[in-house]
Amino acid sequence: MGEPFSGPLPWWRDRRVLPWLMQGAVALVVLLLIAFLLGNLVRNLSAAGMLLSFRWLQQPAGFDVSETLLPFDAGLPYWRALVAGLVNTLRAVLVGLVGATALGTLVGLASFSSNALLRGLARAYVELIRNIPLLLQLVFWYFVVFLALPNGEAALQLPGVVLAKSGLFLAWFGEGLRWSGPTLVEGVWQAPLRLTVEFSALVTGLVVYTGAFISEVVRGGITAVPKGQWEAAASLGLGPLVTLRRIVLPQALRVIVPGLNTQYISLAKNSALAVAVGYTDLYSVAETTLNQTGRAVEVILILLGAYLVIDLAISALMGWFNRLVRIRER
Amino acid sequence: MARMRKLLSAASLLAALALVGCAPEEGGLQSQKLATLKGRGKLICGVDGKLPGFSFVAPDGQYSGLDVDVCKAVAAATLGDPTKVDYRDLNSSERFAALASGEVDLLSRNTTVTLSRDAAGGNGLSFAPPVFYDGQGVMVPVASGIKGLKDLAGKPICVETGTTTELNLADRMREIAAAYTPLKFQTGDQTYAAYLQGRCVAVTSDRSQLAGKRTNFPDPAAHTLLPEVLSKEPLAPATVNADPAWSDAVRWTVYALMQAEELGITQANIDTKLAEAKAKTNLADLRRFLGVEGEFGKQLGLAPDFVVKAVKAVGNYGEIFERNVGTGSKLKLERGLNRQWQQGGLIYSPPFR
Amino acid sequence: MSHPALKPPLGTRLRSELFGSPGNSALTLVLLAALGSAAFGLLHWGLVQARWAVVRANSTLFAVGRYPLDQQWRLWLLTALLAAAAGLAWGLLRSHPRRDRGGELWPRNDRIAVVLLAATALAVPWWLRLEPLIQARWWGITALLLLVRWAAGHWGQRLPARLLALLPLLWPLLYLVGMLLINGGVGLLPVPPGDWGGLLLTLIAASFAILLCFPLGVLLALGRRSDLPLLRWGSVLYIEFIRGAPLITLLFLGQNMIGFLLPGGLAPDRVWRAAWVLTFFAAAYLAEAVRAGLVAIPPGQLEAARSLGLTVPQALRTVVLPQALRVALPTMVGQFISLLQDTTMLSLVGLMELMGTARTVMANPAYLGRNAEVYLTLAVLFWCCCAALGLGSRALERRLDPNPAS
Repeated sequence: MGEPFSGPLPWWRDRRVLPWLMQGAVALVVLLLIAFLLGNLVRNLSAAGMLLSFRWLQQPAGFDVSETLLPFDAGLPYWRALVAGLVNTLRAVLVGLVGATALGTLVGLASFSSNALLRGLARAYVELIRNIPLLLQLVFWYFVVFLALPNGEAALQLPGVVLAKSGLFLAWFGEGLRWSGPTLVEGVWQAPLRLTVEFSALVTGLVVYTGAFISEVVRGGITAVPKGQWEAAASLGLGPLVTLRRIVLPQALRVIVPGLNTQYISLAKNSALAVAVGYTDLYSVAETTLNQTGRAVEVILILLGAYLVIDLAISALMGWFNRLVRIRER
Repeated sequence: MARMRKLLSAASLLAALALVGCAPEEGGLQSQKLATLKGRGKLICGVDGKLPGFSFVAPDGQYSGLDVDVCKAVAAATLGDPTKVDYRDLNSSERFAALASGEVDLLSRNTTVTLSRDAAGGNGLSFAPPVFYDGQGVMVPVASGIKGLKDLAGKPICVETGTTTELNLADRMREIAAAYTPLKFQTGDQTYAAYLQGRCVAVTSDRSQLAGKRTNFPDPAAHTLLPEVLSKEPLAPATVNADPAWSDAVRWTVYALMQAEELGITQANIDTKLAEAKAKTNLADLRRFLGVEGEFGKQLGLAPDFVVKAVKAVGNYGEIFERNVGTGSKLKLERGLNRQWQQGGLIYSPPFR
Repeated sequence: MSHPALKPPLGTRLRSELFGSPGNSALTLVLLAALGSAAFGLLHWGLVQARWAVVRANSTLFAVGRYPLDQQWRLWLLTALLAAAAGLAWGLLRSHPRRDRGGELWPRNDRIAVVLLAATALAVPWWLRLEPLIQARWWGITALLLLVRWAAGHWGQRLPARLLALLPLLWPLLYLVGMLLINGGVGLLPVPPGDWGGLLLTLIAASFAILLCFPLGVLLALGRRSDLPLLRWGSVLYIEFIRGAPLITLLFLGQNMIGFLLPGGLAPDRVWRAAWVLTFFAAAYLAEAVRAGLVAIPPGQLEAARSLGLTVPQALRTVVLPQALRVALPTMVGQFISLLQDTTMLSLVGLMELMGTARTVMANPAYLGRNAEVYLTLAVLFWCCCAALGLGSRALERRLDPNPAS
């Protein structure tokens, strides 16, 4: 870098040094800040007799975790409780992802319907949901909708599905892999597959909320495909559904997939709000653990790490899917 | 690059210095906390805020309740003014961190005394004497026909998370080998809302709390407490272990309220009692208690008349109990274990000597 | 977009779109039936079954939390100031550039807005059964807004240009005055943050975070696109760390760990802690929005500006950033809207903003089980605020668009 200067340049104004100097200054400030914070942390923790350690993870938790996929009881150690919470989080996230994608796609497609009322409804749904906080929607679903459901014979009954206050009962493969539906035994519903209302409220809230955002992603993706493509397909005699499936969606996916990735990650993170509707997810177990052990720093580290891993896993999966979509495009 | 390395080494040096510079100071006899408090002019008191009878915010924004009165008494004793309190609503899972990090000076939030909470290797709290002796109970709808814990096997039970209640429930149910589904909520109101809406067949909490909540249910007679008492729940104010002088000040303020009841000193008659003590030199006990002679206040780092100020602010223990949770209040609780020791209760102040 | 003149009349268009084919007609009928029954159910519930006393009796708690009663005049004053400022900005907006171009002083949208405002000022206080004095205050404040709007629209053109140039400074000034009024000090009785609550706390937390996350976010975005590896990696690390964590865990961290990280006494109040966490959280997302804007600006712009002799900071400030921010505007406003919604999570760490107030109110035995009324009221409130922000952003976009479509 030649500078139009004759005299010797002071070293601190040298273009080769200046940026490094700036960086060094910023790094120094950041390092000092971190050192200051960590110093305080160590001092405060040792004053409270709680130096960083993860040994307590081996101690029995002493509390119960409900609706776990892995068997769990209060005698098992803390780390098992956290794993049970993590599995519960993953379960809600997975079901939520599938549901939100389905709903979002449907609503996104509905916004291209030839029926003005349907289009208007799709629009209204998005505008309604996006402008109301998710937490409010979750407590609404749980306390106002699901907890107001009747029990016993009065429960909402559809073939193979019963929705009651005691849970959502689904037909599934029961004992001996026999397909069986929900049955009423002495006023209590029973079914091979039972989901609690807490789980249902959480997933409903997440699906309805994220679905609105996904529908916008889908709409944007389809809009990005030139209109001429539709017309060309129509002139070849293809029906609208075939055109959508074979021509428009494959191209729209290029735009949709990155947007979906963002929404999936936000759904995963939003699942931590489960604590507001009584579903025992990772955050909820972590909170209880913190309370029983007083290990604030360790618990927060575990929490942040776990969510980071979930996000990275979703990103990796969507990245793989994105490459798949790209290859197909050729 | 060399410059960079130099910068980095300078940074790490400074960082090391910062670490060394932050070495803990030697604690003196004088309470750090009391000095902070007086400088700030306010006591920061952690309360529940959503529990009628113990701490509750009325529509006009005023706090009231037994736990709140303890805050007021401590503020009166330390700062001379019961209104100099900042209340912080803490939920059960954040209360200990708030106390440990010094965010609140005093935790007066129906907290059960336990070994692990008291121990230096546990939560490291320092407990004042229990202001309410309670026990964990279970409430069920009468119509459910449930008569005891055993009948709860396989049923959903609502419980507030982060409480000893949650642990006791797990223990008792394991003892009788009954599987159950705990439904955990962050706050008491959510727990009761879920119970009332029939999501669970039972709700468990301290018996006083259950009884208190029940009086406000749409149909109180439709709910009953199971006979089993799941645990002992002595509820006490707490401070951090690190400042013994501050803990002593809180402890003896609470004792003062109990002692005042024992001596028949009330909010109404404290002025006459004080005048009496000043006039009659032969009433040595009373004179010492009210700070007319001796230096109890000074030993605690408080004003000589801290007892007078505390009692003037909130009344004696019996008055506090009656006003907030007693038979005259909405909660309609009997004194029970919380009677004075002469009446067979557990309220017992060590001598002011 | 087809030209309006070519469109068939509305009636014909609706008929063909709703009942064009048998399938379409059936769908329309089914949807209409569903909509009708839903609307009827909601109306019936709202008018007959709902018990609105829970909202009415606690309206003060919902509005300002435990803000001392005898100090609430400060909030009224602030509301009046804000109304006057809003009226001024609105009036000048219409009087200035638009009228030069032959715009109307009271275009159709404005007339609708006036009617809406007046209706809100009359209906809401009445519905909440506020005391007559307080109802009158709301009327007064609305009247003030409209009056200033009218005056500014009428005489705004006569104001000297130099005075007008200073007007944007009004808002930060007003913010400072507002914080002073709310917080107290300087002769006013201090009201600690612990006493702020309800809508007041929601708005304080949201506005604080929105104002501060903006500069932070721009710096982070520039840092992420910087050539200097330390700055770049530092920014990337920060942005990805924040974006990888649920807000609730960060709030949890803020409430439970800041006390350990700072020496005793230095830790800010819980309210400010949460506000700072919101700020740091929003900054990471805003940085990504700004970065997308920066990417959209061709690198030639910066090079051209440099070749004209501008330094890098100058070029960034005068050439690149204004364009990038315009591109990023819709995304940024989207972030601000979600930030406003995210304030509800403060209730999960025990703060008494709108949602936390709702929880407290419902703990009151007198209102047990009145979830629907409270949550619905909050939903309407949030919806209106967020929708208004969205509308405002779209209007701003149109104004800033260098090549308007028409």
